Amino acid sequence: MNTDDIVIKVEGLKKAFGDAEVLKGIDLDIHSGEVVVVIGASGSGKSTFLRCLNCLEDPTGGCIYFDGVDLADVSVDINIHRQNMGMVFQHFNLFPHMTVLRNMTIAPIKLKGLSEKEASDKAYELLKRVGLEDRADAYPSQLSGGQKQRIAIVRALAMEPKVMLFDEPTSALDPEMVGEVLDVMKALANDGMTMVVVTHEMGFAREVGDRILFMDDGVIGEQGTPEEVFDNPQSERLRSFLAKVL
Amino acid sequence: MTFMSFSSWLETAPAWVQGLPGGLQNFIFQLFQTFVFADRWKLFANGLKITFIVTLGALALGVIIGLVLAIIRTLYCSYTVNKPPFILRVLNVFTETYLTVIRGTPMMVQLLIMGFVIFVPKTEIGCIVCGILTLGINSGAYVAEIIRSGLMSIDRGQTEAGRSLGFNYAQTMFYIIIPQAVKNILPALGNEMITLLKDTSLVSVIALRDVTKQAQNIQSLTYNALVPYISLAAIYLVLVVGLTKLLAVFERRLRKSEH
Repeated sequence: MNTDDIVIKVEGLKKAFGDAEVLKGIDLDIHSGEVVVVIGASGSGKSTFLRCLNCLEDPTGGCIYFDGVDLADVSVDINIHRQNMGMVFQHFNLFPHMTVLRNMTIAPIKLKGLSEKEASDKAYELLKRVGLEDRADAYPSQLSGGQKQRIAIVRALAMEPKVMLFDEPTSALDPEMVGEVLDVMKALANDGMTMVVVTHEMGFAREVGDRILFMDDGVIGEQGTPEEVFDNPQSERLRSFLAKVL
Repeated sequence: MTFMSFSSWLETAPAWVQGLPGGLQNFIFQLFQTFVFADRWKLFANGLKITFIVTLGALALGVIIGLVLAIIRTLYCSYTVNKPPFILRVLNVFTETYLTVIRGTPMMVQLLIMGFVIFVPKTEIGCIVCGILTLGINSGAYVAEIIRSGLMSIDRGQTEAGRSLGFNYAQTMFYIIIPQAVKNILPALGNEMITLLKDTSLVSVIALRDVTKQAQNIQSLTYNALVPYISLAAIYLVLVVGLTKLLAVFERRLRKSEH
């Protein structure tokens, strides 16, 4: 891969909560169109790493370049850059006081200056893609977990982000609903979206991931193609992790 | 003429009153003196006007102060691991001091200090402004804690979802957090409104002629306490019941938007 299409460049990223050092120096380039899947034991720093990428957690050291801009620089308006990084959460975090349609249109209208009509046309188009166009006027509490997460994904997509970050998107779902969410994510990957996915779904990681990162105690323990990581793990830590989850 | 004796009133009273037992006659006379004679109902009406102005002014001021203080406290409390920035720590110390002083001293004493030490208003407008400021500043302290409880009851994930879409802190608060918080705090906020409305009865100590002061005036004019004060109580009761009904309608309408 050449270096021109790097979307996110991470250099020496560190994060500490008080005395607890969670990330101990991470270097990583994420290329346009790449699907990076982050795996690892709980407490290894996967979610913290993901949340640092859009500065939901402020890094305590190192740099994150998004489109060539250092997000840790105080003169940078992080809000502008967050518009280009969609994020999907484990617990959906839909806005309960708004309809599905409003959930999807409020950010494009208020932040990108779209008209109500433009925003709702776009929202319906996205809803159709995930098969939920008939739920536009429903409130989040009327939806199943899988539906909520699909709405959360298209809410993020409505801002037309360059990168999508997924923080354990299927961990809070009933088992029978995991598939419908993973299908949406697969379709998104096939469309060429740049994605960083923290997940415990090893089947998804193997099938969709271009690169697997194994996070271990705040550093990248091992990385490579799915074949390299799953079929030929180098370290004892990764072998024992895979033995537990596969 | 400021005073009319019972006997001279009885002579001019309509015929049906003449036939009533003495006690009842006396009661009707008191009602007549309190409301009808010398157009005294106008005193109540003027007093109510002052009561309304002070209540509404103090309510608006209290909510604005409360919202600002609540956001400072919430923001300060959101720094669980890292140290909050210097300016925020200063604001938080100011806020906590404010809450301690205002909640730790009686409303009456605050009125006396504002009216006779700090402002010393000379005109009626001045007294009204002084009354609104004192009650607003007092109410703000209670509203701040009510709003803070509401803001902090909203899941952190809501803020994160808002911020991750690109909203700044203020937009996230305004579009996402506050609308959800309002629903949770409405009962407590309604309580505070009722307290505030009744607390305006204290403003007579800074020479404001609110409805309570007017009832006192009528008492001193008629040498009769029962009817003016029972009427006064009835007036407050009607106002509070009306306010409660209004809040119930508002709350129901808000609930309708969520299923």
